[in-house]
Amino acid sequence: MTNNGSNETPLPNDASGKDSTGETATWRVKTGLAQMLKGGVIMDVTTAAEAEIAEEAGAVAVMALERVPADIRKEGGVARMSAVEKIEEIQKAVTIPVMAKARIGHFVEAQILDALGIDYIDESEVLTPADDRNHIDKTVFRAPFVCGCRNLGEALRRISEGAAMIRTKGEAGTGDIVEAVRHMRQLWDGIRSLQNMATDELPTAAKELQAPLELLREVKELGRLPVVNFSAGGVATPADAALMMQLGADGVFVGSGIFKSDRPSAVAEAIVKAVTHYQDPIVLAEVSRGLGAAMRGEAVASIPVEEQLAGRGN
Amino acid sequence: MHQFRSKSSWLDEETNFQGMTVTDHNPLVHIGVLALQGDFQEHVAMLRVAGAEVSEVRTLSQLSSVDGLVIPGGESTTIARLLVAFGLMEPLRERIESGLPVWGTCAGAILLASDVPGLDRPPLGCVAMTIERNAFGTQVDSFETELAIAGLEEVFHAVFIRAPAIKDVGKGVEVLARLENDQIVAIRDGSLLATCFHPEITEDPRLHELFISIVRDAVSQGQANKSHLLESQFVTGSGDNRD
Repeated sequence: MTNNGSNETPLPNDASGKDSTGETATWRVKTGLAQMLKGGVIMDVTTAAEAEIAEEAGAVAVMALERVPADIRKEGGVARMSAVEKIEEIQKAVTIPVMAKARIGHFVEAQILDALGIDYIDESEVLTPADDRNHIDKTVFRAPFVCGCRNLGEALRRISEGAAMIRTKGEAGTGDIVEAVRHMRQLWDGIRSLQNMATDELPTAAKELQAPLELLREVKELGRLPVVNFSAGGVATPADAALMMQLGADGVFVGSGIFKSDRPSAVAEAIVKAVTHYQDPIVLAEVSRGLGAAMRGEAVASIPVEEQLAGRGN
Repeated sequence: MHQFRSKSSWLDEETNFQGMTVTDHNPLVHIGVLALQGDFQEHVAMLRVAGAEVSEVRTLSQLSSVDGLVIPGGESTTIARLLVAFGLMEPLRERIESGLPVWGTCAGAILLASDVPGLDRPPLGCVAMTIERNAFGTQVDSFETELAIAGLEEVFHAVFIRAPAIKDVGKGVEVLARLENDQIVAIRDGSLLATCFHPEITEDPRLHELFISIVRDAVSQGQANKSHLLESQFVTGSGDNRD
């Protein structure tokens, strides 16, 4: 198992500064928080009450947003950064890290979240994109960023823009795990291919992946991404969460799967336990008892491609 | 390592284990890293490099087989919750009270403390100290700095991530490091070690080496006590014979 890869990533730290205690907003500090979240579950919440349930159930962080993805999908309209009061209310309610989503390319939403002292910014395809060509330059912020990907090229483009954590996208709000699995497998397939490549083949691979050669070299050497990688988009049961862990996720984001289930608190706690003991089927069977109905969900195969969220931002 | 990770990490462990050399002066100690949540893999890697046999601890039987334990960085509320949920909290507390060396980093330091204002679950409470969670602010206030640590010749590059600070220590607790603003960030209490920062995400193994030597001392102390006990039984026995 290779560790500490994040320390070696040569990236600018435009946002880093000094205060009375030391140097802040460095690459190591940004990637380091993601390392502390590993083996954990990050839960979508829309209110302080939900945030408290998540913390009580053992979430390592909460993601503050206005509507869970299942509702965004159902109700339509423009999905934006959560209201400032909502974020502040959630920050006050819990002691675990609070993350929040900004629209792809909407660097002013990110500036506002940074000013609120948010612990992580998710530049997310779940919200309506603000820029159909460019992502946010994430190096100039104090807060670290997490971004979605479907494959290795997309992951490395986001890291080159300054993302300190990656999540595979899956298809948010569906409760269908198929896209999460597809994206995780594609990512690892890309990493394995690089490991099998001769050094002189990397420049061509960099062109094909549309990603910086330096990052390809690093991934080849490490045998994994240089930052922490969680799974997102479709986890609805403890079994789904353990599946993603066995497929190589460092941890799991759960969106609609918790608060769209019959028993949010029990489901949240069961998913937390399943991520810790993802390799132990006896524990997984035990924690899967008595959870009531999972979110009903919507099969991705029944959603037209143009309505799928994962295609946003490349 | 992408799939079926249990198998590949087990293989790593074997290779490493076979690569170790054991001498009288340098007995191989078995250190567990609590692997409920957090950056336990980083500690595992660092301890192996520093020369220990290492395994991940998630269950009671795994806990009972180790000579020392690292509680890693992570979310203290999550780890505390899982310790209780999997029935590890009380057995761990009992083992610490009977002398198990433990090193807590960040979340681990919080769990070792006797007094943690605002933690919604009682910590292990094995070190007499008050520790304040998120003492420096949110993530945007996380920082790295050079730190002088008692017992280390050169300064240590310390990374603080949503870190706690130790506000007060009880009798017998040795302060190992303070920030420039005087806040306590590392202590030692016998064979218990607590640091508010994360040596496991740097390349500096000195504190891991220090902890291994603490565990080694505790193991040889334990063996000395055992042989002392055997000896005294033998002496008593021969005395009985003489009578």
